Amino acid sequence: MGLDDFVARFAELFDGTDAAVFAAETAFHDLDGYSSLIALSIIAMVDEEYDVALKGDDMTSAVTIEDLYNTVMSKM
Amino acid sequence: MAFLSFRNVRIAGFSTGVPKTELTNEGADSERDSASSFIHSTGVRRHRVSEKYTAGDLCCHAAERLISDLGWDRQEIEAIVFVSQHADYILPATACILQERLGLSRECYAADLSLGCSGWVYGLSTVVSLLSCGMIKKALLMSGDAKRRINYVDPLFGHAGAVTAVEYQEGAAPMHFYFGTDGSGFDALIIPDGGARNQFSEKSFVPEDVEGHMLNRLQSRMKGMDVFSFGITWAPKAVRRLAEHFGFDYRECDYFVFHQANLLMNETIRTKLKLPAEKVPYCLQDFGNTASASIPLTIVSQLRGKVEKPRVKWIGCGFGVGLSWGAVYFETEDIVVSELVEVE
Repeated sequence: MGLDDFVARFAELFDGTDAAVFAAETAFHDLDGYSSLIALSIIAMVDEEYDVALKGDDMTSAVTIEDLYNTVMSKM
Repeated sequence: MAFLSFRNVRIAGFSTGVPKTELTNEGADSERDSASSFIHSTGVRRHRVSEKYTAGDLCCHAAERLISDLGWDRQEIEAIVFVSQHADYILPATACILQERLGLSRECYAADLSLGCSGWVYGLSTVVSLLSCGMIKKALLMSGDAKRRINYVDPLFGHAGAVTAVEYQEGAAPMHFYFGTDGSGFDALIIPDGGARNQFSEKSFVPEDVEGHMLNRLQSRMKGMDVFSFGITWAPKAVRRLAEHFGFDYRECDYFVFHQANLLMNETIRTKLKLPAEKVPYCLQDFGNTASASIPLTIVSQLRGKVEKPRVKWIGCGFGVGLSWGAVYFETEDIVVSELVEVE
């Protein structure tokens, strides 16, 4: 699964946020719909789809969706 | 690897005490989350909270009911183990106080275990190992969390005190356990001050920003994402390792009772193990996360009337503060499940 798939799966977790705002370079912490609960959904998605366990530091240190994708890839 | 197996010991009954006071999370928006998104993710619609009762109090009420329902002679109960993060006092052990409150023999083994969400499984292994040699015949495992050391109502957590009655019985089905610990995550769930490491000081009461919550250093704080990641990784692994080691197909068990952490975490665990929803009861919607009481509270509140008579095969699994986890396979037949004890 490439970066585009990752961005699409990431976007699916946000209810009520326009899919057009999600791109590899999106700074996801700044999104209106982002919350600590959404962060848990992202961790669950990464666990299910990539079999990678993300920690809190991984989530906070990533600025863009691509940063998080690269973190996931580095742990595979 | 911490695998344990015991024979000749059975669970005789379950009972749980909760405060009668119910708080709802409906409409309770917080600074960080709307009420609807909180309920959607955590599953916790309401919870029982009282600043009047300690976990020891709730366990005491639950024990009175269970001893009566079982018809046990108090003098025959020769061991009690109390598991909690919030003992009645720093000293002495709450189990010692419960020996007196319940009118048990002075020749009674009594000890506390300081564990949280994995605590019921650890406590059960402790009690079962005590009984397995056949010298002590009846024991009570008490587990739960309630009134904190400092007033603070978290919408995720509820108050409860559970009692599990255990007895020696030759020929009882074996109980299998698996345990694990990762102390590198000791600060993922922690009350930083008030112990010997960081003693009380004026600074203990100064609120700090912890992941968007203002908490002082006497209130428990959680690295939510780390705990979530830990739970969805290790709870499924624990069940699989238990079944692989002892050579059984876990999917043939009748019920899987997991610690009630939050709905998103529990549903992720259930999905990873490919378990049907009807075999995985939840009580977190009504009681929240009740730490080491959550497994027996789920049995009492969701399965009473269904599991008392028949032979039932169970998996129980707890995971949390420590970080610590445990899974157990056990069977029950002809047990007592007391009606939920609501303490006014």
